[in-house]
Amino acid sequence: MTVLDLLGAAEEVHDRAPVVELRGVTRQFPGDPPVHALHPTDLTVRAGEYLSVVGPSGSGKSTLLHLLGLLDSPTDGEYLLDGRPTSGAGERERAALRATRIGFVFQAFHLLPHRTVLENVLLATVYSGVPRAERRERAVAALERVGLAHRLDFLPTVLSGGERQRTAVARAVVARPAVLLADEPTGNLDSASSESVLALFDELHAEGLTLLVITHDDEVSARAQRRVRIADGRLQEIA
Amino acid sequence: MTGFVGALVEAWDELRIHKLRVLLALIGVAVAVAAITGVTAAVQMLSQAYQEQFDRDMGRQVTVAVDAWAQGEQSAPPAALATEYARVLERYDITWASRDLATQVPFRFPDGTRPTEVRAVDPDLGTMQRIQVVEGRWFDDADVDALAPLLVVNRAFLDRLGASDLSEPLTVQLGDVTPVRSRVVGLVEDRWRGAPPEAYVLYDQLTRWYTPDAAAGFYQPAPTLKMWVPPEIVDDLTPRLRSEIGAAVPGWEVGTYDNRSTGGAALDGATRWVALGVGAFALLLGGLGLVNIALVTVRYRIREIGIRRSFGATSGRVFVGVLLESVVATVVAGLVGVVLAVAAVKAIPADVMFGGLQDRPPFPVSAALIGMACATGVGALAGILPATVAVRVKVIDAIRY
Ligand SMILES: Nc1ncnc2c1ncn2[C@@H]1O[C@H](COP(=O)(O)OP(=O)(O)O)[C@@H](O)[C@H]1O
Ligand SMILES: [Mg+2]
Repeated sequence: MTVLDLLGAAEEVHDRAPVVELRGVTRQFPGDPPVHALHPTDLTVRAGEYLSVVGPSGSGKSTLLHLLGLLDSPTDGEYLLDGRPTSGAGERERAALRATRIGFVFQAFHLLPHRTVLENVLLATVYSGVPRAERRERAVAALERVGLAHRLDFLPTVLSGGERQRTAVARAVVARPAVLLADEPTGNLDSASSESVLALFDELHAEGLTLLVITHDDEVSARAQRRVRIADGRLQEIA
Repeated sequence: MTGFVGALVEAWDELRIHKLRVLLALIGVAVAVAAITGVTAAVQMLSQAYQEQFDRDMGRQVTVAVDAWAQGEQSAPPAALATEYARVLERYDITWASRDLATQVPFRFPDGTRPTEVRAVDPDLGTMQRIQVVEGRWFDDADVDALAPLLVVNRAFLDRLGASDLSEPLTVQLGDVTPVRSRVVGLVEDRWRGAPPEAYVLYDQLTRWYTPDAAAGFYQPAPTLKMWVPPEIVDDLTPRLRSEIGAAVPGWEVGTYDNRSTGGAALDGATRWVALGVGAFALLLGGLGLVNIALVTVRYRIREIGIRRSFGATSGRVFVGVLLESVVATVVAGLVGVVLAVAAVKAIPADVMFGGLQDRPPFPVSAALIGMACATGVGALAGILPATVAVRVKVIDAIRY
């Protein structure tokens, strides 16, 4: 591989359309004094990028992820998803965008405890408009993709941490979102399980998925192709 | 539409998963619905039973009766009254009418000739007063021309004849001086235990075959003319009848009577409301239990609702989902309650509750519908509160670790 190839590859990424774009986005929580969870922030993530946001506890990582996931709204500034501003979107539209454009992976897995692995993955197809006849097939394919084809009818409670998180990843990608948002995905996992999830992220990235992974762990953050540090609600690109 | 079906399936799934939790509240709802449905049904069925009892005694609603009394020697002859009765029935196009004369006629029983209570009537009376023939048959129009008088007798009459049923042809001599052989064609039950022998005979046949000894002058009693008419014409009809008949038969006092005031209030309104009030109270308790459990369940499920919303469930869908869970649950409970009520009402022996009913009333559909409406209503009411809670929760709070 030559330097020119690398430059070419880099150029390619820059040419791609931004999936998420923050323009001067801030988030303040009311209080006395108000909490500045996120200071005015600019951030662009292009299609196919694998970005990590690393920072200590309380630095505003989850706040950032909630804004990007349309679970929360900025106090100020504009957030563009797929190049379209979201500030004017109503609750119904935001729900539709979450269903079709965004996939979440949480630190605590957030699988429904009484539902099987397959049912948990099916959940994400229900709201995203996957035709009923295709849902099962898609969910099974997603679970095969994360290496859990043999666990379809298991309840999450009997799975290992790594298996649970891979189920969550399958659920996050089954509706083919534009971006996968992961908040401390390895925070509850031992190192072997962490490794299996991170390897999965690498593969998904290689397949072209846009990933944004939030972590307090430098090792996890190092897996990403592009890294951003967050401290006290301020973002800073790591060269 | 598919969205609605999906929501229903989801709601049912939730119930399946939380079944133990919900079961107790639902038992309360089912019992309450059973109580309301059962009480409503029993009230309706008893009303019908009372109504039928009343119809047998007083005629169906509305029966108008015309009575006429000769005032003296110079009164018009009874034949003029009979002609006038026929004319008014024709004129006012009255479909159901019967003369009704209660009198005494001697019958020759095995133990001697005895004067016996007889009602001389027309065939329509059987329908008008729901006369229940337990064996044999009631009169029909052709019987008027029969070659011998026909009788429908009560059981006491049959006993006195020494017969136990009508399987063999049964005859009895009617009259004392020149008796005529009359034939028993139908049997009715005694109206009360220990009732004396009684017989129905067709009015025209009785007058043809039997003339009382003292049949002279104005002592000859005139039959009552009974008419079963639609309620809306009664007020108009009765004064006309009085004046027209009065004018046609001078020297007769004509009176009319209708049974509107005595019918209707079959079961005391207060009793009914108390019973329904108890049912409503039970339903309220069941509903409150359900609200309570639904609130607990929602709180326990807030994280799940947050997860669903983060994967794109709209707040409307969450609201409908939680609401439907409650409604699906109470509808199922309501069905159980209605089935219980039907079983309970059916289990009451018919003769105990509805002694001697002509038509045992079917379980009233309206009572079942009321029960289901109550169940659905309480489900919706119990669901609104938790559904509102579920929608108002912020997703970021719901999924916070
Ligand atoms: N709903 C809220 N109300 C008030 N303060 C909040 C709220 N959410 C987060 N914060 C504050 O914002 C800051 C950033 O929080 P968060 O984004 O959760 O941090 P991280 O995920 O990096 O640990 C913290 O100081 C936190 O206490
Ligand atoms: Mg966090």
